[in-house]
Amino acid sequence: MEGVRPRVRVDSATEAGAVVEVKTLISHPMESGLRRDGDGNLIPRQIINRFTAEYNGEMVIDVTLEPAISTNPYFEFDATVPEPGTFTFTWYDDDGDVYTSTNDQSF
Amino acid sequence: MNLTRRQALITALSAAAVAGILPRSASAQSLEDAMAAFTGGAEASEGGIIITAPEIAENGNTVPVEVEAEGAARITIFAAGNPNPGVVTFAFGPLAAVSRASTRIRLAETQDVVVVAEMADGSYQMAAQEVKVTIGGCGG
Repeated sequence: MEGVRPRVRVDSATEAGAVVEVKTLISHPMESGLRRDGDGNLIPRQIINRFTAEYNGEMVIDVTLEPAISTNPYFEFDATVPEPGTFTFTWYDDDGDVYTSTNDQSF
Repeated sequence: MNLTRRQALITALSAAAVAGILPRSASAQSLEDAMAAFTGGAEASEGGIIITAPEIAENGNTVPVEVEAEGAARITIFAAGNPNPGVVTFAFGPLAAVSRASTRIRLAETQDVVVVAEMADGSYQMAAQEVKVTIGGCGG
């Protein structure tokens, strides 16, 4: 899908083993497949169905989304930062598109 | 009061399950089925989960919900009053600092938000909280 923009805010870890708060938001209509257009036809479902957050290849959180997640899916969670490195955030769209964002941690 | 309502819900659910009177339709999965699919049919005991959600949500299109269950491997949220009960499942990896997550969900009407957590030892916990919805989400 065109125009989908991920936004991520992560605290900066100050030492190894620090816990940081992660906030992620991605612009996406999350079309539920239950709505009808003006002519009464069902609008096909198109949602982000999975979101993952990894740090240096290790999983932080793996989220399965259903159509009951609001437009512009938002997630907030806490991650442990064991050493300097990079967060990788990945969103998976029903249409096969994959959106990613990264965040570097150095201390 | 909360406890009583949760107990009432669980009792009602079990009774409904026994009597087979939970509403079903061809396409929609029932809450009971959705819960069984998550727990593999195991019983979920009550408690161990903190749900933070508004008592009254003016806009059902975006209701902030936070769930936390200490030591949980997975936490899932159900909305029994929606066309489909499944909302979201969080699977916590080795770098999740705590088993906590928050998001924004759609609620079609006033209903109980039911949360089930799979603990590290493979047991299941559950909790529920009612959210009153002024204008329903999932609009059609």
